[in-house]
Amino acid sequence: MSTETLNPKSEPSRWSRAWNSNMGYSFRRNPVAVVSMIVFLLIAVASFLAPLIAPYDPYDPAQIDIMNSEYPPAWINGSLPGFILGTDDQGRDLWSTILYGTRLSLLIGICAVALQAFLGISIGLIAGYVGGRLDSLLMRLADIQLSFSTLMVAIIFLAVTQAMFGTDTFNKYAVVFLIAVIGVAEWPQYARTVRATVLAEKKKEYVDSARVLGFGPMRIMVRHILPNSLSPIFVISTVQVANAIISEASLSFLGLGMPPSQPSLGSLISSGFDYIFSGSWWITAIPGVVLVVLVLVINLLGDWMRDVLNPKLYKG
Amino acid sequence: MSLLSVRDLTVKFAMRDQTVTALNGISFDLAKGERLGIVGESGAGKSITGFSLMNLLSRPGYIDSGKILFDGEDVVQMNNKKLRNLRGNRMAMIFQDPMVTLNPVLTIGQQMIETLMAHRKLSREEARQIAIVKLREVYIPSPEERLEQYPHELSGGMRQRIIIAIALLLDPQLIIADEPTTALDVTIQADIMELMLELCQSNQVGLILITHDLGVVSQMTERTLVMYAGRIIESGRTREIINDPQHPYTQGLINALPQQTLPGQRLKQIPGNMPGLVSIPAGCAFNPRCKYATDFCRSRVPETEHYGKVEVACHEVQRLNSDEDRQEAQA
Repeated sequence: MSTETLNPKSEPSRWSRAWNSNMGYSFRRNPVAVVSMIVFLLIAVASFLAPLIAPYDPYDPAQIDIMNSEYPPAWINGSLPGFILGTDDQGRDLWSTILYGTRLSLLIGICAVALQAFLGISIGLIAGYVGGRLDSLLMRLADIQLSFSTLMVAIIFLAVTQAMFGTDTFNKYAVVFLIAVIGVAEWPQYARTVRATVLAEKKKEYVDSARVLGFGPMRIMVRHILPNSLSPIFVISTVQVANAIISEASLSFLGLGMPPSQPSLGSLISSGFDYIFSGSWWITAIPGVVLVVLVLVINLLGDWMRDVLNPKLYKG
Repeated sequence: MSLLSVRDLTVKFAMRDQTVTALNGISFDLAKGERLGIVGESGAGKSITGFSLMNLLSRPGYIDSGKILFDGEDVVQMNNKKLRNLRGNRMAMIFQDPMVTLNPVLTIGQQMIETLMAHRKLSREEARQIAIVKLREVYIPSPEERLEQYPHELSGGMRQRIIIAIALLLDPQLIIADEPTTALDVTIQADIMELMLELCQSNQVGLILITHDLGVVSQMTERTLVMYAGRIIESGRTREIINDPQHPYTQGLINALPQQTLPGQRLKQIPGNMPGLVSIPAGCAFNPRCKYATDFCRSRVPETEHYGKVEVACHEVQRLNSDEDRQEAQA
């Protein structure tokens, strides 16, 4: 650190600055965080490279043979050598299907959280900064939204859209519907947290001095208050990604999410559930383990981040 | 023509069940490039005055009546667009605590360049050059490197210099400094004050210095307002006010300075406290703490009038002075 300030020529790169920062340091020192990060990256990279890695394309009916259905994983007697994790009830290679399914789950989780964050942060910023009647109105809206459970809203919404558009159209746009409904149902989480931090931040003098410099409210909110409210946003985001993945899995499990032809982890678990007592436990268990591991590592990362960014434990 | 002319400014705060008056009809003028000090105890309305000049009072405070003419335009009547052009551009403000006035997550350079680009049509590079020049003006060593640093990497004195540089970025005509050195230690205070004095004189910038430090006021300013409970009770040339205060309150303030007391003696403080805004006494607000107060003082609010070389709001000035003359004659 001191050598860097003494020698202005050696401009540290962004990456090495992140690596040497407090966050980077505590990350390296925390084995749980490192392992979680590695596992998460493995899952994420593998699933997003699914078309390259997967030996079969589970969306291509030509590659699926119903005669191959319910082969067990490779380490169990009676398996077929081509299918490492066995096959599901329709004869799809389970390994490929899990890769594609994880990709869908992650995609829906992340996009839904992006939507939540966008709605929640905008509404929270405005409510906190403007205050007064608008604040009360927006926060009561949030309260109303929160008094319905996410799943209930999602089930009603998805059931109605399914009935309205018909199953075929619904299945085509299932991803979009899922993102929209999970995104809309959970925005108050963000809005409340952001509002609370904005209320604390806007009392600080740097906001006064920004106003004194003649900046408009938009600029003050987005450029001055928002960057100072980011740490709680990061923390909720990780938790919310995990929640969104679980919500998506639950909805798919209930048959309101991804169709069996394009299974996400949830619909895979659900489709295997019928066979669990006939001995084909792997169709449910293996995607279930992947889901649990995925959610667990995201939550562990969120935990670690909450500890690092907690101003009571560490002051910058 | 004066740069700033405040007429009968009244600021009120709307509380739940009543409105209280924080500033009660204050009037003053400031010539171009003039330096004015506003002194008084905490709660006298000094900072409120500063904020009202920029029309920046936040709820529940509001300007009830009066005019603030800046360069002939009334700040009170300005719309938001005009106000934004005024703030930062023509009038700048420096706050008390440099530790919290800079945005902690933006580099010095980002904050300075943003300020410039928000008000002027400049390219990023031009803005950067101006920022460097301004940092040099406030004697920041190696300004190019400082631009890349975050506020927490700098010391308090350094930060206050940077805040002054930001205030000067757009060459304002008036700087309002609200206790700019209270949070700094004494040696740095002197440096900062010297710097501000130098910059104001060389750039012909008007300065309103809000402080409770009479020493600073006497070094820095040409004229002084003494405020008490939302009113100006004495105003005039700084030298006259420091050397020959007329109002009993100003006299009390000056007598309370540690320099006025011999070692071993108690400080000659003014008895009592400043009244809260809710419970300002009838008549002269200072009467419960004033040893010269009469029944007349308790019933009528004194008007500001010329007395000697200053303007003072006190019923008893004349009697007080003639008493003093008599005492001196006897002694």
